[in-house]
Amino acid sequence: MASFAHDDASVAVIIGSGAGGGTLANELTQKGVKVVLLEAGKRQSSATFVNDEWPSFSQLAWLDKRTTSGTWRVAKDFPNLPAWTCKTVGGTTTHWAGASLRIQDHEFKARTHYGDIAGASLMDWPIGLADLEPYYAKAEAKMGVTRTNDNAGLPGNNNFKVMYNGAKKVGYKKCSTGHMAINSHYRDGRSGCLQLGFCFQGCKSGAKWSTLYTEIPRAEATGKLDLRPESQVVTIETKGGKVTGVVYVDASGQQQRQKARLVAVAANSIETARLLLNSASNEFPDGLANSSGQVGRNYMRHLTASVYATFEQPVHMYRGTTMAGIVQDEVRLDPSRGFVGGYEMETISLGLPFMAAFLNPGAWGSEFTSFIDAYSNTAGMWIVGEDMPQQTNRVTLNHDVKDANGQPVPNVHYDDHPNDLAMREHAYKAGKAIYDAVGAKKVAFVPPYPSTHNLGTCRMSEDPKLGVVDKHGRAHDIPNLFISDGSQFTTGAGENPTLTIVTLAIRQSDYIADAMSKQLV
Amino acid sequence: MADLPLAEPTLTRSTLLRGTGALIGTIAAGSILATLAPSRVWALELTSLSQPDGETILSFAQVLYPHATLPTAVYAFVVRDLDKAAAKDPDLAAKVHAGCGSLDAAANGSFAKASPAAQLAAAKSIEGAPFFATVRGTCITALYDNPLAYAHFGYEGASWPRGGYLHHGFNDLTWLPNPPADASPTLGSL
Repeated sequence: MASFAHDDASVAVIIGSGAGGGTLANELTQKGVKVVLLEAGKRQSSATFVNDEWPSFSQLAWLDKRTTSGTWRVAKDFPNLPAWTCKTVGGTTTHWAGASLRIQDHEFKARTHYGDIAGASLMDWPIGLADLEPYYAKAEAKMGVTRTNDNAGLPGNNNFKVMYNGAKKVGYKKCSTGHMAINSHYRDGRSGCLQLGFCFQGCKSGAKWSTLYTEIPRAEATGKLDLRPESQVVTIETKGGKVTGVVYVDASGQQQRQKARLVAVAANSIETARLLLNSASNEFPDGLANSSGQVGRNYMRHLTASVYATFEQPVHMYRGTTMAGIVQDEVRLDPSRGFVGGYEMETISLGLPFMAAFLNPGAWGSEFTSFIDAYSNTAGMWIVGEDMPQQTNRVTLNHDVKDANGQPVPNVHYDDHPNDLAMREHAYKAGKAIYDAVGAKKVAFVPPYPSTHNLGTCRMSEDPKLGVVDKHGRAHDIPNLFISDGSQFTTGAGENPTLTIVTLAIRQSDYIADAMSKQLV
Repeated sequence: MADLPLAEPTLTRSTLLRGTGALIGTIAAGSILATLAPSRVWALELTSLSQPDGETILSFAQVLYPHATLPTAVYAFVVRDLDKAAAKDPDLAAKVHAGCGSLDAAANGSFAKASPAAQLAAAKSIEGAPFFATVRGTCITALYDNPLAYAHFGYEGASWPRGGYLHHGFNDLTWLPNPPADASPTLGSL
């Protein structure tokens, strides 16, 4: 591992070490680029992860104060926790469940195919599936996605058996254990899945792909990576229209300044937008890369509803891979259902502590406890659906509330769009139908909880007036500033976003290396 | 994971009385939890809550989250957590004491001794109060995140110490047919 000087202006600074930043760091260092990787959280490992939901949450989750507004239920249930993302080396790839799905071609052209939806700020991406296919292939190979390359699918667990049998009875055709970045057998120096459960708590066997123990150690091995954990960036500095470096708070609470040839921001959608806004200066009074006024806007979080059902017989849904299987029949374009966009149904399970916390936040009484009583006979699924981008769903700075570093916290405003509500209603019914088909006793419609899929706050656009970054994730306004996480997503699509974030990072690394060699950045 | 509040039954009355009160009970001999606890007799010494308030909170927790066969010892975790928090926070202690008073008033006497219907009505009558939210929130973390609750509700907790569920029932469900291999491949060698 390298150590670069704070005044070394030849380094690339990457902010955030998750799917986007961790991947970009590895790709760039493999090409010989010197990288300083700043991560706000501490470094954990498979050895330090814990199979215990609340302690793990304390260990991995981003718990810095945030505020919320809007009519979404999260603002009432979790007013200071709008998102379930991570503050740790590896970022939210420590917590993600591993579902690795390509965005469909028509989803990249949402405005064209969905039409003009009132209240929605739909726009086509400046790239399509054809542009990303070679990079999707690289990402799948790197991550060891099941049912790609030579990687067998994972064996389904009990929760999947319930989903599969119900789905078939309902008439769904596309149900399997899916495309997962979880080793089904020993591969790439990591073990096969031990069906531990606790995918959300950091994988103790290392079977699930995370930048923590794949991309980052490989980048370190090049001798070109200077990883600095517990280093939280507070501002990005500019001069003459270009980024010159960043100011961050280190583990001891001291402010440091790191010079940079270029900066790539991959801090997850809320923090990425916050950082650009918090870097406002005389030169960029509205925040960095914000001449379009789109920084922080179009915040998307997927539908994030769940359906749980209880049965006469045991299920033990918590045993084995959390996202053990998927139904993909509803992730299609079919406005006859009463909404545009589509959704995936994926098995999910929560341990008893989180089941109690998330099943129906704020609820009490015998209806609630009847579900807890049936915990071991419960099956569950999560709905991942495309929510509409809206100009008013946005991350802003809340100057009335300051974090530990004295910086304004982000406020996340969100109102459900009528299309989101219609899709969620449809998905609840579809999930219930699956479970009713195999004899469900009771079904619970679980409201959206803090989302792990946070997207769109620095959207990609062809026209610099309509978005923040170009098709390579480069800021329209600042040639040596890049966005490298899900903030880039022009629209949300119906798929779990990580594979696409990794894919975009691989593609961006080619662009950056080329631009550097041509002295363009 | 929460610690057990259960003390050995050898505690003397004079030892207990060093605190502000104590809740004592027994776990039914037939309960699977009897094998997990150090003794069937459990005792919780209070350090800040009064004895009557402790009993009120215990009853309140049972009204909020009724489980027909969950031993009272598990509900005592709620009292323990609030007692601990109140010991460090005088404002909270005052809120809990006043809240217990409001429950008694709503039940026209003693909430702990009121009928189930009167207890439910009293609980509903204070639903919007901060005290209600405090106790309710404490219930969620205290009741359902401890080894007694895990055993009672059938959650097996940490799986890493025994190598995961790969050879411990991850796919042992037999009341539905197994999916075909193309949807759910059988496991080859790891």
